[in-house]
Amino acid sequence: MNNYIFQSTLSRKNLMAVTGLFLCFFLVIHLLGNLQLLLPANEANASFNSYSALLSGNIFIRLISYVLYFSLIAHAGDALIITLRNRKTAVKYVYDDRKQVSKWYSRNMGVLGTIILVFLVIHFKDFWYVYKFGSLPYDRNGNKDLYVIVVSAFESWWYVVLYVISMLAVGYHLLHGVKSAVRTLGLYHPRYVKYVQLIGTIYSYVITFGFCIIPVYVHLSQFGL
Amino acid sequence: MKVHLKVWRQKDAKSKGSMVNYDLDNVDQHMSFLEMMDTLNEQLTLKGEMPVEFDHDCREGICGTCGMMINGQAHGPVPGLTVCQLHMREFKEGDTIYVEPFRAMAFPLKRDLKIDRSAFDRIIQSGGFITANTGMPAEANNLLIVHETAESAFDSAACIGCGACVATCKNSSAALFTSAKISHLAKLPQGEQEAAKRVLKMVSKMDEEGFGHCSNTEACEVKCPQGISVLNIARMNWEFNKASLLH
Repeated sequence: MNNYIFQSTLSRKNLMAVTGLFLCFFLVIHLLGNLQLLLPANEANASFNSYSALLSGNIFIRLISYVLYFSLIAHAGDALIITLRNRKTAVKYVYDDRKQVSKWYSRNMGVLGTIILVFLVIHFKDFWYVYKFGSLPYDRNGNKDLYVIVVSAFESWWYVVLYVISMLAVGYHLLHGVKSAVRTLGLYHPRYVKYVQLIGTIYSYVITFGFCIIPVYVHLSQFGL
Repeated sequence: MKVHLKVWRQKDAKSKGSMVNYDLDNVDQHMSFLEMMDTLNEQLTLKGEMPVEFDHDCREGICGTCGMMINGQAHGPVPGLTVCQLHMREFKEGDTIYVEPFRAMAFPLKRDLKIDRSAFDRIIQSGGFITANTGMPAEANNLLIVHETAESAFDSAACIGCGACVATCKNSSAALFTSAKISHLAKLPQGEQEAAKRVLKMVSKMDEEGFGHCSNTEACEVKCPQGISVLNIARMNWEFNKASLLH
């Protein structure tokens, strides 16, 4: 090992890729937990609260959560360093039509990432912080009643809109991010490149659709729909 | 046909450049883009003005010397072509055509559309070669190489180093160029021995020359006149990670 590998443009991208893929893995777990909100209200209440209690009580999950916090901070911090360097090397053309040959979301990962970051601050403040440090009522099983907080948050339509927009940003971020991360790590063999792309695309659609449907469903169910 | 040109004129590396308007009346649609530029230069010379300087050599699309941004796209609007292979029939009567040099921090401008791409040469010098004993050439069939491998190595070797990948990249990344050479040699038994040393040196040189990160937008592959695949970038990353961990 030599020192250079920690400062190279490629190793910076490696950090982006590894932390990004870990966050992708986390999204699956998060979505699976959230899908319980689609159950009938009574069942959803008990099931969602006991799941939250299970996660916060488990030492193994707690260790994973530290990896998650690290990944979020490292992913965003590294992105900032990379963007600053790219700003320095970027050039201006009088007439620039280079956008014709690439996807808009592949060029605007930073913008999408910033939207996601803003969303995360709101998301952490409203749910994570309240669950960890706020005072919550308890449900009849003796678990903290996070379900009530979630349902009351999604009662207002603008909150649902905020969530859906943020999830679309996540979706486009993933659409480029997953395959880009796999390529950055060099795991992009010609033989299975099309499967990597397909899996990345399906994954992005499933995650986006899954996370979008939940607030919309919870919002509509208050009207008994 | 008639075209309006807006061409980047810049006296030397230090002076400030700007777009200058020229009108050309007698452009034949069968002219190549460079022949159209020659026509312009002929007119300028007759008027006693300095001709527009631009790089060109073979004019057969194989040397990689020519290259300019035409209407905001590297080598012009048609994919898979160098500027010399672009013809005026791709444009319409009365079109306004913007002509600018390939721009990148690592490609300093020398004059008008002429740029210094020696950063590419220095990347190659840092490791884009194999070490071989001098003497008589070895018998070709001593080293057996599977046909598909040879073809794939040759696909990577097809890079002509024109710099369109850098010019079209939003970060001015030289990942496609550097990876093409790294892949070309890593795929063959002759290059395998020094693969680790090569990738570390070439990537380090690439960074040092002031090229940006690769964002995997794939714009480079679309604009590459030789159709060099972005899979080469994946291979470079793989070789780099392997070398970083094991050497």
